Formats: sequence, C-alpha cells, structure tokens
Amino acid sequence: MSDVYIARSTAIAARMLGGEMMVMSAVDSTFFTLNEVATVIWQAADGRTPLRQIVAESVCSQFDVDPETAQRDAESFVTELSQHRILIVSAGPIDSPRSGPVEAA
Amino acid sequence: MLKTYDIAVEIGGMPILLRTDDAAFRDLLEGRYAGFVRRSAKPTFEFDVDLVPCSAEMESDDDVRVHQEGGVWHLRRGDFRAQWNPAAGRGNIRQSANPYSIDSVLRIVHSLILANEGGFLLHAASAIRNGRAFLFSGVSGAGKTTISRLAPPDTTLLSDEVSYVRRVGDSYWACGTPFAGELARPGENCSAPIETLFFLEKHAENRIADIRPQEAVRRLLRNVLFFAEDQKLVRLIFRSACEFVERTPARQLAFRPDERVWELIR
Repeated sequence: MSDVYIARSTAIAARMLGGEMMVMSAVDSTFFTLNEVATVIWQAADGRTPLRQIVAESVCSQFDVDPETAQRDAESFVTELSQHRILIVSAGPIDSPRSGPVEAA
Repeated sequence: MLKTYDIAVEIGGMPILLRTDDAAFRDLLEGRYAGFVRRSAKPTFEFDVDLVPCSAEMESDDDVRVHQEGGVWHLRRGDFRAQWNPAAGRGNIRQSANPYSIDSVLRIVHSLILANEGGFLLHAASAIRNGRAFLFSGVSGAGKTTISRLAPPDTTLLSDEVSYVRRVGDSYWACGTPFAGELARPGENCSAPIETLFFLEKHAENRIADIRPQEAVRRLLRNVLFFAEDQKLVRLIFRSACEFVERTPARQLAFRPDERVWELIR
C-alpha cells in the first residue's frame, strides 16, 4: 500500500469506553472494538496526515513495535475498516468535513 | 356516520390510542392488552386501524421495513402497512383482523419513541424483586422463558420476551410490556429502577461473572430491537447502549434450569 491518507467516515458512531474505542457503522451497524494501537491510528485519522506519518509519530513512539510491523498492521487495519466504510482512504489529503465526530467517554 | 371504537394502550407510561370501526377487533385488543388498557389516559399518539380482508397482498413473507420520509415514518411488513407522523401525533395501520400485526407495529413505534429518549426495547426477560428490576437478555434459546418460569413468588414479571428500558435522568427503569414470548403471559404493568442487566447462558452450574464494558455494549446492541434504516437512529441507539452500560452493572449469568438460580438474584 503506497502512502495513503485516512479519515473517519461521517456515517459512524464512536465512543471511548474502558480505555478502548468502540466504533459502529451507521450504515450496516457493524461493530468494532479497537485495541490501543488501532485507537491511536483512529484518533489520528484526520485526513491530512499520511498513514506512514501516523505510524511513525503516533504508534512507534508510544508502543514497543518495529516500524515495518507497525506499518503492515496499520495497513491491514485500515483496509478492514475501509471495507466497512468506517474509514475513508485516499491517495491524497481528505477534506476535514468527512471526518466523523468522536464522543468522549 | 360510521361508529368507531377506541382503546388506549399504555406501555412504558406512553398511552397510544387505537381506533377501529370493528367492535370485535376492539374487544380482541381489549383482551390482549388487558393490563395495559387505560380508559382515562390522554393519548400521546393516535392510530386509525383500517382492517382489510385477508388477501395474498397482506399475507406475504416480506421482512419488516421501517424508514422515515418527510417526518413521516413508514412501517411495512408482509402482513401490515403503517404510517406514523410523530409531530402530528397521528398514524394509521392497515392490516387484517389479527393481533400479531398490531403487536409488531406497537413494538416498532415504541422502539422509535424510546430511541429519542435514551432508552430501547430489548430482547430480554425482566422482573422486579425487592423493588429493583433485573433484566435477563439473550437470543432465542438463551433462557429468557426458562428463567421467567423459574421466578419465585416474590418477583413481579415484567416480560419474558421484550423488555422496555426507559431513561429517567441518570438512571434506567424497566417497564412491563404485554409482549409475551413462549410463556404466553403478558407482563405486569409496573416499573422499577434497573439493578443489573444479565446476559444469559445455559450452563451446568449457576454462576455470575463480570464482563468487560465493551463486551457488554456489543451484546446489548445485538439484543436491542431496532428496525429503522436510519443513520441518526443507529447513532442514538449506539449512544444509548454505551450510556446504559456506563451506568448499569452488566454481568453474565450462567445458569442451570432450576429455581436455585434465583438465589443469586437479589
């Protein structure tokens, strides 16, 4: 996967609970619970920061993981959520209005 | 002028008036919703029920479809068609003279009402004991009817199938419903603050276990009755489920089918 930009879909509901992010598609009601790493990526998905930069600056700096593994896992995660239209993936920056709100716990 | 017959069915403190020109059908509703009929209640919503003869059109196996258009909800299933305008407080139901179609319409309408108030209808048995309500949720076969049947005399059954959860300030109350399952017995028309939500699992021994809040939300959402194809409502239900779990203990109840399980529920 070449470098991509990711943004949260507006067609979702999300909420932090017990330290983990829960995300539900408002389209098909698919439900995901994100682990700590996935939550960091999710929160950084502003449409303007490339995924590779998110992994380098947000994931590798906070978790004991080598960059290659982190990048591979991040791409897998992004692919899965994009298939459910929970994350928007683009080759270029994504306009901010497409990012969905995240509720506080 | 055609004579009409009214009946107000109050579930969860929400009286809904049903109007028909068929006296026999009104009597049928009177019997089915006996404990929930309120003669003096001022209805919040009114529905005209147009009875049509049984026909191929009204006996198809089409699944339920619920969508909103211009502020009007359209409810449709093989055996009924209904419209409801919440702002106008009115709606109509077209069905044959059977109790099951109107039962489904009422469930859908109440699920939509509750969604906007932070509550929900839940696939769950519920009962009051010592002034507190306990919910027992699970899919078909999990034990809702069984645990209801095993309930001791000091409990008040609210439902063995569909529980009515209302948000009242920062707390949640369970209300009785006439929506019966295999027990074929309507719940009592009363309510109490919810003490615990149990997710049922049949097991060789009786045991209560904690579950993570994320898992509780997942299971709760799996058992919420939700019919509408509407993104706003999906978000509301998601929020309601999260807030319910944040404020109400949710635990797993593994049980064997004998009355000793109720020793754990106090």
